Amino acid sequence: MKIRAFALAAVLVGLGVTAVTAADEPQAVRQQLMKKVGQAAGALSGIAKGEKPYDAEIVKVSLTTISETVKVFPNHFPEGSETGMETEASPKIWEDMEDFKAKAAKLGSDADKFLAELPADQAGVGAALGVLGKDCGSCHESYRLKKD
Amino acid sequence: MRRRTSRLLAGLLLLVLVGAGALWWLTKPRPWDEAHWQGLGQPDLANGEVLFWAGGCTSCHAARGAEDDRRLVLSGGRVLKSPFGTFYPPNISPDDTAGIGGWTLAEFGNAMTRGVGRESEHLYPSFPYGSYARMTAKDINDLWGFLQTLPKSGNVAPPHDLAFPYDIRMALGGWKFLYFSDRPRVALDRADPKLARGQYLVEGPGHCGECHTPRNALGGFEPGRWLAGAPNPEGEGRIPDITPASKSIGSWSESDIASYLETGFTPDFDTVGGSMVEVQKNMAKLPASDREAIAAYLKALPQ
Repeated sequence: MKIRAFALAAVLVGLGVTAVTAADEPQAVRQQLMKKVGQAAGALSGIAKGEKPYDAEIVKVSLTTISETVKVFPNHFPEGSETGMETEASPKIWEDMEDFKAKAAKLGSDADKFLAELPADQAGVGAALGVLGKDCGSCHESYRLKKD
Repeated sequence: MRRRTSRLLAGLLLLVLVGAGALWWLTKPRPWDEAHWQGLGQPDLANGEVLFWAGGCTSCHAARGAEDDRRLVLSGGRVLKSPFGTFYPPNISPDDTAGIGGWTLAEFGNAMTRGVGRESEHLYPSFPYGSYARMTAKDINDLWGFLQTLPKSGNVAPPHDLAFPYDIRMALGGWKFLYFSDRPRVALDRADPKLARGQYLVEGPGHCGECHTPRNALGGFEPGRWLAGAPNPEGEGRIPDITPASKSIGSWSESDIASYLETGFTPDFDTVGGSMVEVQKNMAKLPASDREAIAAYLKALPQ
């Protein structure tokens, strides 16, 4: 009986460990990072569309999030993480890692540019978002696959 | 006995000839009557430009990687991979020799809406005339006028590189016989002008179904699966299902769809990707009312 309980506990711990590991897998990490960028872009879009009032602090925080996140983003594509966990990463990433990194860097440096000269009103945020969105698209064009 | 055999043979020969004749007649190139392209008057260039972006000409006919104004140079030079082989979209800039500057409106119109080339040959449906077939003669005239205003290029694209038997051009007549149609893809309320415009744009110039609808082994659309998603012809991944019940955009509102086509952002601030990036750049150039019409049509598709 005791042995059984012990075995059960071991299994449960094992499951727990698996769960933690799953969230740490590069596929999951990079999906979370992209979500963060998406949320920041969403905050900027709210202002650009006039759904939210212009707020310099929100603009700054959002641009900072995009800049910092996208700088670490390409570090989460090690060999062996090409498939699994519903990844939408294209195999082309590993065929041309340099270009993939350059495209991520472009988004980072554009975000930094707008941080250095913060968009001052709704129209400015809209223009900035146009540039950043184009960066997102140009990378997704080559390196993201839709699965459904 | 001998006479009987020769009679039988003659009969058979006749049958073969009639059969071949019927086959030829059923599958021969069918351009419009000349009158279809006459009396259209001066093209409306502004409308021609709208059709140029709606039609996505530049996505296949501009040079690979062309950005901004270079997208207006329709030099050919892209590579279009397919299960049938590799297609090389030609130069359609107004250059007299390398492009189509020397063509007439009727030649251009028959290529666009009937898939018939300048030498009366069948064109490959990788050029989406199966969709463009729905375009009005007026719109073709306006688009033709607009194309004349674009820069010339002397580039000559390579010929298509197709596997046997797809390299037999005459066989395309059979493909057309089976699959070519200029009828509406779905039955909708044509009385609603917004829906009618959306249907025209999506099924006609926008040629959305060419990628978003699955095909059978011969490259014909699978019946009843209009815009229901398909394998990515360029390799891994899928071209999404965009019907109202789809996982991809089923939960999006009309304004979400219109906004995506304008900005490239999805409602949860992911962005456009894959070959849709080029398409979205073109859609962004349309009047807002056209993007709204497309969105209305997609939401109104019968389920």
